[in-house]
Amino acid sequence: MLRRGLNRLCGGDEKRVDSRTIYVGHRPCPPTEAFIPPKFCDNRIVSSKYTVWNFLPKNLFEQFRRIANFYFLIIFLVQVIVDTPTSPVTSGLPLFFVITVTAIKQGYEDWLRHKADKEVNKYPAIRLENGQRARTYSENIKVGDVVEVVEDETFPCDLILLQSSRDDGTCFVTTASLDGESNHKTHYTVPDMEKDLESLSATIECEQPQPDLYKFVGRMHIYKHDQETFVRSLGPENLLLKGATLKNTKKIYAVALYTGMETKMALNYQGKSQKRSAVEKSINGFLLVYLSILVSKALVCTSLKYWWQSREGQDEPWYNQKTQKERDTYKFLKMFTDFLSFMVLFNFIIPVSMYVTVEMQKFLGSFFITWDKDFFDPEIEEGALVNTSDLNEELGQVEYVFTDKTGTLTQNNMEFIECCIDGFQYKNRDSCSELDGFCVTDGPISKLQEKAGREKEELFLRALCLCHTVQVKEPGPDERTELDQVDQVDGLDQVDGLHRPLAQAQEERGFIASSPDEVALVKGAMKYGFTFLGLESKTMKIKNRQNDIESYDLLHVLNFDPVRRRMSVIVRSRTGETMLFCKGADSSIFPRVKQEEVDRIRTHVERNATEGYRTLCVAYKRLSPEEFAEAEERLQEARLALQDRDEKLTAVYNQVETDMSLIGATAVEDRLQEEAAETMEALQGAGMKVWVLTGDKMETAKSTCYACRLFQRGTELLELTVRTLEGGRRREERLYELLQDYHKKAVQDAPPAKPGVTRSWATAQQEYGFIIDGATLSLVLNPADANSSRYKSLFLQICQNCCAVLCCRMAPLQKAQIVRMVKNCKGSPITLSIGDGANDVSMILEAHVGIGIKGKEGRQAVRNSDYALPKLKHLKKLLLAHGHLYYVRIAHLVQYFFYKNLCFILPQFLYQFFCGYSQQPLYDAAYLTMYNICFTSMPILAYSLLEQHICIEVLMDNAILYRDIAKNANLRWGPFLYWTVLGVFQGLMFFFGVRFLFSNPALQDNGQVFGNWSYGTTVFTILVFTVTLKLALDTRHWTWINHFVIWGSLCFYVFFSFFWGGIIWPFLRQQRLYFVFANMLSSVSAWLTIILLILLSLLPDILLMVFRKPKTHVRQKPRLTSAGAPKSPRASARPLLMRTFSDESNTVC
Amino acid sequence: MKKQTETLNRPDNTAFTQQRLPAWQPMLSAGIVIPGFVVIGLAFIGIGVALFVTSQNIQVLERDYTGVEQNSDNDCSRCLNRTNCVCAVQFNLAKQLEGPVFFYYGLSNYFQNHRKYGVSRDDYQLSGDTYYFENPEDDCIPYQYDSRNRPIVPCGSKANSLFNDTFRLYRLVGGQKKQVPFDGKGIAWWTDYNLKYRNPTLVDGSLAKAFNGTVKPVNWPKPVYELDTSDSSNNGFLNQDFLVWMRRAALPGFRKLYRRISEGEYADGLPTGNYSLEINYNYPVHGFDGRKKVFFSNVSWMGGKNQFLGIAYLVVGSLCIVMSLVMLIVYAKYRFPDEDS
Repeated sequence: MLRRGLNRLCGGDEKRVDSRTIYVGHRPCPPTEAFIPPKFCDNRIVSSKYTVWNFLPKNLFEQFRRIANFYFLIIFLVQVIVDTPTSPVTSGLPLFFVITVTAIKQGYEDWLRHKADKEVNKYPAIRLENGQRARTYSENIKVGDVVEVVEDETFPCDLILLQSSRDDGTCFVTTASLDGESNHKTHYTVPDMEKDLESLSATIECEQPQPDLYKFVGRMHIYKHDQETFVRSLGPENLLLKGATLKNTKKIYAVALYTGMETKMALNYQGKSQKRSAVEKSINGFLLVYLSILVSKALVCTSLKYWWQSREGQDEPWYNQKTQKERDTYKFLKMFTDFLSFMVLFNFIIPVSMYVTVEMQKFLGSFFITWDKDFFDPEIEEGALVNTSDLNEELGQVEYVFTDKTGTLTQNNMEFIECCIDGFQYKNRDSCSELDGFCVTDGPISKLQEKAGREKEELFLRALCLCHTVQVKEPGPDERTELDQVDQVDGLDQVDGLHRPLAQAQEERGFIASSPDEVALVKGAMKYGFTFLGLESKTMKIKNRQNDIESYDLLHVLNFDPVRRRMSVIVRSRTGETMLFCKGADSSIFPRVKQEEVDRIRTHVERNATEGYRTLCVAYKRLSPEEFAEAEERLQEARLALQDRDEKLTAVYNQVETDMSLIGATAVEDRLQEEAAETMEALQGAGMKVWVLTGDKMETAKSTCYACRLFQRGTELLELTVRTLEGGRRREERLYELLQDYHKKAVQDAPPAKPGVTRSWATAQQEYGFIIDGATLSLVLNPADANSSRYKSLFLQICQNCCAVLCCRMAPLQKAQIVRMVKNCKGSPITLSIGDGANDVSMILEAHVGIGIKGKEGRQAVRNSDYALPKLKHLKKLLLAHGHLYYVRIAHLVQYFFYKNLCFILPQFLYQFFCGYSQQPLYDAAYLTMYNICFTSMPILAYSLLEQHICIEVLMDNAILYRDIAKNANLRWGPFLYWTVLGVFQGLMFFFGVRFLFSNPALQDNGQVFGNWSYGTTVFTILVFTVTLKLALDTRHWTWINHFVIWGSLCFYVFFSFFWGGIIWPFLRQQRLYFVFANMLSSVSAWLTIILLILLSLLPDILLMVFRKPKTHVRQKPRLTSAGAPKSPRASARPLLMRTFSDESNTVC
Repeated sequence: MKKQTETLNRPDNTAFTQQRLPAWQPMLSAGIVIPGFVVIGLAFIGIGVALFVTSQNIQVLERDYTGVEQNSDNDCSRCLNRTNCVCAVQFNLAKQLEGPVFFYYGLSNYFQNHRKYGVSRDDYQLSGDTYYFENPEDDCIPYQYDSRNRPIVPCGSKANSLFNDTFRLYRLVGGQKKQVPFDGKGIAWWTDYNLKYRNPTLVDGSLAKAFNGTVKPVNWPKPVYELDTSDSSNNGFLNQDFLVWMRRAALPGFRKLYRRISEGEYADGLPTGNYSLEINYNYPVHGFDGRKKVFFSNVSWMGGKNQFLGIAYLVVGSLCIVMSLVMLIVYAKYRFPDEDS
């Protein structure tokens, strides 16, 4: 919805006004007119980004648009151009590696897209050419072609249905590949279509392509030689979408309308806007710090260099004379190149590999969500779905949860509970189904006769049977013949003996509807003896209690929409009576019926609503022929409108649906989702604020909130609804007054909130719940008078101090508005939206994290979500366990990366003070290059995928642990400072420890001396071991993978060093490390220094860990101390490894 | 539950996918850390004592012979601004310097680790590749070709600045100068001598001819193939002094091994007495405030004398002990009730 709004903003306006005209079969219409074939794009789908030719330049260009890649490219170029200390290979190789891997990945993905495109484009299609069927490929179809599609084929482009092999001019379609809805949808041929397509001469005028799958307006002009032209309106029911599949229909003919990239499917492929996680913002902040460290280091070195060189004799000693070129270079240019050289020397402080590792972590990490068997729902046989892996850690940071009610908190599994006819309550009980199916309970309003008149009853049930858009599911092809026979017999006459099989057939008969309420109502009516048999060629058949078939002509359906909140049908009975049945929310029905009828039913409706049922009111109206004629004309007119059709239609609907009489009301129960209450409690316990945003009415929603324990008994409710605003005075004044009042109560009188996360948890403080409805909300958000922000900030402050907020009667866009408002308020909290229906899409897109429930209302929410879950209850694990772990993992990953590069480069920086600021690298180029790629990358990746600092069960059981990491706790400046100080400390240790050792470079017992590469290698060895062991210290969850990777990296380092130093590499100009490592290891002093410095560097961490530990985790893991004897990690891991997976294997946890 | 129906969509129920891999979950508790610290502390103190004692026992005799200051024990100040000058350092050993004795020369404020200096060499030349005799690497500039455009072998500032002071040690016994024999073998890394550096293949059995068409480095008095004419295995690039020089020092103050004293009557060390070290003073360091030193030292299993390591071990060891005591107190006072529950 937002996207559409955007499209409209971004210059889509003129296009929308514009419409396209299509000549069916490319025949000029009317035949006399000059025919200018309009140009449209062809039917090739191009979802691929690259071709063989432009892959390299385009892909490279796109990759270097990323700021990090560009930075490294610049560094690389500097190395190539300027005479720098390290060879271009050191930064070129990692960059090349990253670019290549990304390019291969993208190339592979594009190749897959190419393949998919080809499959779609080469899909065989049949086109009518001059009356002949001609085989062709999908890609050759042009707009205006008449295409034949047979059963189980997918449509090659967006088509307008002209002819179907079914008699009633319908065809069935499944759109499973488009929106995941697997039910069969009925589509209709254009009314009054000629049988002979060859002689058809028609044009179609329709809007320009737009991505909304469910919207289409157009009209068809049919020209006949002898008659005047017909105009027929075209709607979504005539449009067959590319990607959908034809079902239960032998073949159809249709005309191509939108082709190729203009089909609705292709338009919907446009990617969603990228969501960036808060962690990424932190990374960027840290990057800036490190960049400034880098620049200042380079500046310090450059200026010191020139200061030092200005001293006599130091600039150019006789043993190290400059080249002529150097002498001739202009001094400031020299300074600049020196600065660049220092930048290059220290640039490893910002590692390329961090981006790669972070991305790998996110990508691989998201698999654990899809793999989680706890997210698997046996009913729909699906698990969780991850649409974006960028937001894993955001799941651990959620502060506000916006949830939809229907289908999310509740099951959206509707059950007809009771109805109220003319003020009498009828409750359905299976146990006492009497002959007539009615069972009357002693409702509070039941009068003496305890039943409404039979006529009213039947009228009500007929209304239920007729006023809907439910379809009867066709039985499968193999059962069809059998059932057809039954139907035939059944259709001839009603024999009592046949009653039973027929009833069985009906039992099996499924209903399909866009909303489960409707099915519940139709099924409810069935229980009372009125059965809807189906809709065939505009005739609705119902079987009444006497088992007679009544048939009605369906004249018009006034569709449901969330604004009107009601729908109607206009039918004509066999007796010629024209009737309008209308059902809808009480608020939308009551103003349109007679007032005395309302009073009788209102109490029922309200009582049902407070019990948490969904209520609908049913009304009807007899239409006189004149009234009907007038209505029909206006409807027709509105339907043919190309612009503002919806608005016009709504206006007509509203006009028709007046002066009705109310017959009754229904109550449908929507059960709570499994563990909805537990989930909500856990979320609140975790410090999240839960807002319920629903289109439902207040009473229903409120009772759901109580049922979910969002509101507790003691919760004081602050209501801000249309009802509380009533009071004679101007609504704005009253609103302001109430807001002030509530603000005083909830914000000012509340005990001063402690900053941070611990606020008000478990204290015996009065809790407040806030209720607002859509109308009032729009008053708050878009007030008539100028001082708008006043309301908004008051409202926000109140809401922030309430434990739960309920917003009812929300339009979809209002939901998004609320999310945006909270998202942008002070502190910019992380928001999460969860919903299952199309009406939740806007808020799912708006929130930081959007979660779709794989519910019953189609797949739109799922398609637009970042994560999709089968059930609400899974949210608990997703946030408390996965979110928490991912956050801790990635936070540690980021901090660790900065830390390890700081203590990597700091010695190199310090070395400049001892080498005359000559940009001499401390480490060999191979070490510089491999440090981040090989020696230290794998352990942190394994850590960031596998770490469970607290095990999942504990996280699930103690929601309060979630508060430990709230507000980006691990990536704030405090922890960052700690890591930085640690890095600096260790860097100093490494460098100066070895510096003092080398004050006498004779380190071997044969008296030979060590040189500078031995120095660097010693520092590097200490470095690699220290940072790896630091990670080992931080690892709380040692799986065999961690063991393998950590010890493996260290072994690899040793092995590599031997290998690298053991061979004279022909491609190297200088064999600098030849046997350096081996020689170093032959020195006892070097060994002792390495051990000493590693221990010394890790000492602060160990101490901190010991002193901090008892405070935090003692209560969760009492058994652990005995389980982990540090001397024998292998020993304790081995027996566990040998066990196969079972729940007991987690006992260490 | 309909769990029997395994479907394709169902996630794999393996320990890995469910993040339930058996894991060892170590916790650093006081029960481990305190004894650990005590053990580590004691071990470190032990090592520290050993290192300290060893280092204490290493005897070093160090003399500065730069000649900047007037010194009673040497007359090198007269050579400060002259070349080809001989001076001598006198010293007295009150105690025998245990053998084997290693003789180092040391330079300070000398930036052998300067980047430009460090790369100014041609490893292909040094491995005997004669192609590079004619075409030295560009890194060697300004010591790539001489003024008449003849290639310099070995090229580069590093080779050019080869340390060329020479030393002779005399023991003064009853007014008689008795030369102490120096052993110049095995002072460079074994791998440098045997594997990394190579002389070019002899031409007509002569090393000199292999260097035909090249010139000696500018500062050298004689070409590389005449570095040690007495011993062909110590000549050319394989000259030990040359190899020692070519291994760059890590810091601006450094020492390099010059000779060992391990022959004959000096195998057990330098006996007490008066000595005179005669120096061919050639190497100028005055221009850049450098200093030249000589060291007579014996070594132990830990190498040369270095107090740092022993002291560091003692400090860290006692730090560990102190920390464990602090922890013990803290835990005894505050934590133990927690741990028990």
